[in-house]
Amino acid sequence: MIINFIDFLKERLQSVKIGFYIAVAVMVVWSIVGVDTHHAHTWMEAHIPGFWSIFSLLSCAVFIYFARWFGSSGIMTREDYYDN
Amino acid sequence: MTTSFIHPALILLCGALILPFIKEPFRKLYLCSVPILTFLDVIYLSWHPGIHGVVTFMGDWTLTFGRVDGLSMVFGFIMALMAIIGTVYGLHVKDNLQHIASWFYVSGSLGVIYCGDYLVLFLFWEMMAFASTFLIWFNKDEGALAAGYRYLLVHTFGGVVLLLGFVLRYQATGDLSFVQLDEQNTQLYTWLIMAGLMLNAAVPPLHSWLPDAYSKATVTGAVFMCAFTTKTAIYTLARAFAGFDILIVLGVVMAIYGIVYAMMENDIRKLLGWEIVSQVGYMVAGVGIGTALAINGTCAHAFAHILYKGLLFMAAGAIIHATGKSKFTELGGLYKKMPATLFFMVIGGISVSAFPFFSGFVSKSMIISAGFEAHLLFAGFLLTAVSVGTFLVAGLRLPYLIFFGENRCSEETWAKAEDPPWNMHAAMAAASFLCLLLGSYTPFLYNMLPYADVSYHPYGGYHLSETLQILAFTGLAFIFLKDKLGPRASISLDLDWFYRMGGRGFLWLAKNPIQWLDNVWGVAYRVVGLYSLMTTARFWSWFDWHAIDGVVDGSARCIKAIGRRVTIVLQRGQIQQTIYISVTFAALLLMSYVWL
Repeated sequence: MIINFIDFLKERLQSVKIGFYIAVAVMVVWSIVGVDTHHAHTWMEAHIPGFWSIFSLLSCAVFIYFARWFGSSGIMTREDYYDN
Repeated sequence: MTTSFIHPALILLCGALILPFIKEPFRKLYLCSVPILTFLDVIYLSWHPGIHGVVTFMGDWTLTFGRVDGLSMVFGFIMALMAIIGTVYGLHVKDNLQHIASWFYVSGSLGVIYCGDYLVLFLFWEMMAFASTFLIWFNKDEGALAAGYRYLLVHTFGGVVLLLGFVLRYQATGDLSFVQLDEQNTQLYTWLIMAGLMLNAAVPPLHSWLPDAYSKATVTGAVFMCAFTTKTAIYTLARAFAGFDILIVLGVVMAIYGIVYAMMENDIRKLLGWEIVSQVGYMVAGVGIGTALAINGTCAHAFAHILYKGLLFMAAGAIIHATGKSKFTELGGLYKKMPATLFFMVIGGISVSAFPFFSGFVSKSMIISAGFEAHLLFAGFLLTAVSVGTFLVAGLRLPYLIFFGENRCSEETWAKAEDPPWNMHAAMAAASFLCLLLGSYTPFLYNMLPYADVSYHPYGGYHLSETLQILAFTGLAFIFLKDKLGPRASISLDLDWFYRMGGRGFLWLAKNPIQWLDNVWGVAYRVVGLYSLMTTARFWSWFDWHAIDGVVDGSARCIKAIGRRVTIVLQRGQIQQTIYISVTFAALLLMSYVWL
């Protein structure tokens, strides 16, 4: 059942992606116009529309590129490094 | 000792000792019923808060085995619950020793949670360390033996630091009780105790043992290990070091450190190990913030974490159990062969990533909110950024690289891949259900938390929109950047480099200069010492031959006969087995002395 469902989605990958983008767009619009930012922790969150969207994108980019740079700076090494 | 108090650890210990005598068809039933009994005992205890099991030890000291209060209740509950799930997961394991080691390990954890003073704490602390080492040694894979020794040495070191700390404290204050320490009046012993406890919580720079050991343990052993050591340490930190500011910094560093290493990792269980470091970072930071909401958040997160991390380790274990492979570079595209495992791993992944209606959503946010409420903006924002990384790693990278994407399996791996036996399914289903229950029905978890008067409502519109934005945009970023997170056949160097290479330096020292000194000494000895020695030896030889032999020979023959029997039964020449037997005897002696 799970396999069939995944295959079903994979065959329509383009539609799934478009569906996802539309859902994200709707969610962002709702976040900007429909959500009471009264409970925000800081000024930035209340006044920058879609603050957490920008924050997540930036965090992702920073984490991914930092990990890549950090790994290639010599931290990632061959698997038999400790085998004499 | 009050008559109604039976220590939950005692049930598991007795259960473990009786286990070898139970034969099929009752064995599986017995395996399930012992942890269930323990769990019922824990629930029974939670109806009777107070101090139980107080005994006098060697005249001067009072040992407290059963301090039942808000903090110990919630941790005791989840540990006992996880013992049931873990045992069911390992039900197919025929080797009794593995179950015995797991149960000793859980008893150690429960003992620490209910203890009231440092002596009892230390007894159970070491029991955990030794028992869990065997969960690594029972794995016959290459590298497990060495990893077990490293794990044991690191934890012995941590134990000694803890011992030093509380002995110094005893010397200074005459007090052994395990209570909150004073942040305003810190002494050397405060830091030593903290370091000893932090080693078990895998706080950098004392963290390298965790991914190293957890990736080498047996499939079922790792499920136990991921739950007990670090979370028991979090309990002890919350007990003694709530509100220590340094823990906030260390916790945040730990959360980031873990997630960065998890992104580079190629081994499934090592990745999950790094994820533990990262998630335990939230809890350490929560302990450091120290407000009622933060401590509640720490307990809630530890509770939720044990379940979803257990679930992730169980799913990872199912893959290793079926394929024998644990590296992303040797897996991929497996959804066709292991759909149920995929389902459970995704449940674990979205729970750790704090999807609404799953456990992480209601626990992690408490710690972050507590950070913002305490005006620690840097902690709040960085911990939120780490939750972005968590979703990226555990919710997306992990399932994607195993079940989707390019198929990197060999033909043999592909042929072997299949969903695991029914008991593993049952354990994963139970953990998944609990993840959903915690997230959807908040009173179940929130009513157990130590500060009952603090209210927290995760399902507000703002928190929902914040979480959805984080998840959606992390998902978007993953779609575009997933190639940057692909697997590479590599290992990542970490601080364990120092002791692994340091050990080699010591070996070189022993082989070269020290060996040379030994040779020189040998030559000098032969020339000077040997002649005088031979002369005296001749005299003693005469004396020995004529006088002593007659007396000694008779008794020697007797001892030799006994010795041979002992050697055959107890000492088979495997150092692990010898340590296992010695430690078990020592623990039993100590237990029987204390309890009888």
